[in-house]
Amino acid sequence: MIDLQNIHKSYKTGTNSLHVLKGIDFHVKEGEMVSIMGSSGSGKSTLLNILGMLDEADEGSYTLDGKSIRNLNEKIAAQYRNKFLGFIFQSFNLINYKTALDNVAMPLYYQGVKRAERTDKAMHYLEKVGLAQWATHLPNELSGGQKQRVAIARALASDPKVLLADEPTGALDTKTSYEVMELIQGINDEGKTILVVTHEDDIAQMTKRIVNLKDGQIIDDTRVQQVLAKNAANV
Amino acid sequence: MFNRDRWTEILEALNANRFRTFLTAFGVAWGIFILVALLALINGLRAGVSKDFGDFATNSMYVWTQQTSMPYKGLPKGRGFRFKLEDIQVLKDNFPQLTYVSPRNQLGGYQGSNNVTRNARTGAFTINGDYPDFIKQQPMDITQGRFISYSDIEEKRKAIVIGVDVVKSLYDKDEEVIGTYIKINGVNFMVVGVFQATNSDGNSEEEANSIFVPFTTFGQVFNYADNVNYMVATAEDETSITDLKPQILAKLREQRTVHPDDERALGNFDRAEAFGKVTGLFDILSFVGFFVGFLILASGMIGIINIMLIVVKERTKEIGVRRAIGASPWDIRSQIMQESLVLTIISGMCGVAGAAGLIWAMNYALDQSGPVDNFANPTVNIGIVLIALLILIIAGILAGLIPAMKATKMKPVDALRIE
Ligand SMILES: Nc1ncnc2c1ncn2[C@@H]1O[C@H](COP(=O)(O)OP(=O)(O)O)[C@@H](O)[C@H]1O
Ligand SMILES: [Mg+2]
Repeated sequence: MIDLQNIHKSYKTGTNSLHVLKGIDFHVKEGEMVSIMGSSGSGKSTLLNILGMLDEADEGSYTLDGKSIRNLNEKIAAQYRNKFLGFIFQSFNLINYKTALDNVAMPLYYQGVKRAERTDKAMHYLEKVGLAQWATHLPNELSGGQKQRVAIARALASDPKVLLADEPTGALDTKTSYEVMELIQGINDEGKTILVVTHEDDIAQMTKRIVNLKDGQIIDDTRVQQVLAKNAANV
Repeated sequence: MFNRDRWTEILEALNANRFRTFLTAFGVAWGIFILVALLALINGLRAGVSKDFGDFATNSMYVWTQQTSMPYKGLPKGRGFRFKLEDIQVLKDNFPQLTYVSPRNQLGGYQGSNNVTRNARTGAFTINGDYPDFIKQQPMDITQGRFISYSDIEEKRKAIVIGVDVVKSLYDKDEEVIGTYIKINGVNFMVVGVFQATNSDGNSEEEANSIFVPFTTFGQVFNYADNVNYMVATAEDETSITDLKPQILAKLREQRTVHPDDERALGNFDRAEAFGKVTGLFDILSFVGFFVGFLILASGMIGIINIMLIVVKERTKEIGVRRAIGASPWDIRSQIMQESLVLTIISGMCGVAGAAGLIWAMNYALDQSGPVDNFANPTVNIGIVLIALLILIIAGILAGLIPAMKATKMKPVDALRIE
C-alpha cells in the first residue's frame, strides 16, 4: 500500500539547513495499523506530511497504492488526497462555522457528490462515531473528544485507503484518548490501513506495529501484540 | 459553477464575519451610488438647461443690423441701416438649405410705458410683427384660437395673438377672449388666438406678456413700411446654420451695400453654436462625473481586495484543511473569486438601488414642487447602469484575483502550520 525508499527531507531556515529525514525506507501493507514514535523534533510529522502529500520529499521515491507520488501537479495531488487519504490532526482542524454534519460532508463536496447523497453518507459516518444527535452542532459546542470523533468521521467520509493521524490523542485526556483509539482500532478492524504518529507509549501499544524514529532514521521497526483500547480503558 | 452548494459555501463564509462583510460592501455600494447619482444629477442639469433652450429650433440664427464701421461705395462709416422685406426672399432664393426665414419687428416692451388698452384697462406689452413661420422656429402652445396665418399677412388683417399674461391683465376671469378687440397705440385689433410659451429662455414672463401682429399689418399700422428689425433663419437638419452663417452674412452685406469685411455692421446670435457650447460643457461634466465616480468605486474595489487578502490570511489554516481534505487549488481560488464577486455585485446592486431611490425621490419632489430652473428629470439611462454593473463584475473578479492567487501559493503543510 505504502512504499517509501530513501526519503530525504531538509528544511532551510535562513542560511542553515536542517536535515530532518535522512534516508527513510518504509513499507506498509494494506490493513496494517502502524504507529510512528520518536522524541519531539525527530521528524514524525515531517514523515507523515510527506506520506499525506501535504509536503514533498527532497529525494527518494514514494508509491501509494501502486501510484508513484512524485512531482504531481496540485490538481492531481488534491484528487489523490481526496480519494486515498484521510487526515486526523492533533488540533482537530474542523471548520468552525460549519456544523458537524457539514464538516463531515466536506470531502464528499470536493468529490462532487450530490447534496442529498452527501448528507446521507455524512450522517452514516457521524452515526458510526456515535455523534448522530450532534449533527447540527457547531464545533465549539462539542467537547475535545467529540471534535476528534467528528474529525475521524470526516476522514472516513471519502472512504480513503489510508488514514493518517498526527498525534490524534495529543490534546485529549487519557480516558477520551482511549475512547478515540478504540474507535480507530475498530476502523482498522474493518480493513483500513492506519498510520498514527504519537510519542505516547500506551497509544503506540494499541497499534500492531511500532516504528521508531531517531535522528532522521528508522532505528527500530517491530510488530507488537495490540492492546485493545477497550480493555485499557478499564484498567 | 454557481450551484446551491457554492452559494451555501459563499454565504457561510461571508456570514462568518458579518460586520466586516457589511463594511466592505458599503465601500463598493457607496462608490457605485456616487457614480450613478452624480451622472443622474448631471443629466438633470443637462435636461434642465436643454429645456431652457426649449423647443426652439436650435439650428437657427438671429441677425440684426448695427452701424457700419467702414465706408463703402461712397457711403460713410457709422451709417445706420435696416433690412428690407425683399432681403428675406433673397435669402430664401439663395439658400435652399434654409427651411424658414422670418422677418421680425418689435415695438414697446412689457416693462415700458403703457401701449395697449381694452375698455378701462391698460398695459405695457411687447408688440411683435411676425410671419406664420415664426411659431415653427419658436414653438408655443396656442391655448385658444390660432396663430397668425398667411391670409392675415396678405390681407394685412388687424388680427392679433396674445400671451396668457396679456389675457390676465386685460380680461376678467372666464371672460371670452377670442373675437374681442384691443387697442394698440390707439389702433383696434381683433384677438384671434392666445398662446402660452412652452420654453423659458429665462424670459418666459416677457414672452407671456407679448402680442403677435401680422408682419405686414405691423409695417402698415406702425409705419415700418418694409423695414425689418431682425430676422430669424433656420436651416434644415442636414446643414449646420453655423457653417452657413458666413455666406448668409455676406449675402446680407451685399444686399445692404455694406463693405464685405465690415463685421460690425451686422449683429448675430447663433443658437446652434450656443447650444453646442452648453452640450459640450455637459459632456465634460459627464466625463468628470464618470471619472470621480469611478475613482470612488476604485477605492471601494481596493477595499474588497484588502478585505479578501485579510480573509485569505485569516483563513490560511482553513484553506490548508480544505486542501488536505481534497480541495484543488481551483476549488479554493474559484471560491475566493466568487466570494469577492458576490460581495461586489450585491453591494453594487445596493448602491444602484440607493441611487435609483434618490433619483426617484428627486423626480417626485420635482413633480410636487413644479419645474425648477436649470434642473429637470434627472435620469440615468439603463446603459450607464449596465456599464456600472459590468465595471462591478470586472472589479469583483479583479479584486478576487490577487487574494485567490495568494491563497494557493502556500504548500498545504505550511498553511496547516499557521495558527
Ligand atoms: N517548516 C519547517 N521549517 C523549518 N523547520 C521545520 C519545519 N517543520 C519542522 N521543522 C523542524 O524539523 C524538525 C522535525 O519536525 P517534526 O517533523 O514536526 O517533528 P515531530 O513531529 O517529530 O515533533 C524539528 O526540529 C522542527 O523544528
Ligand atoms: Mg509532530
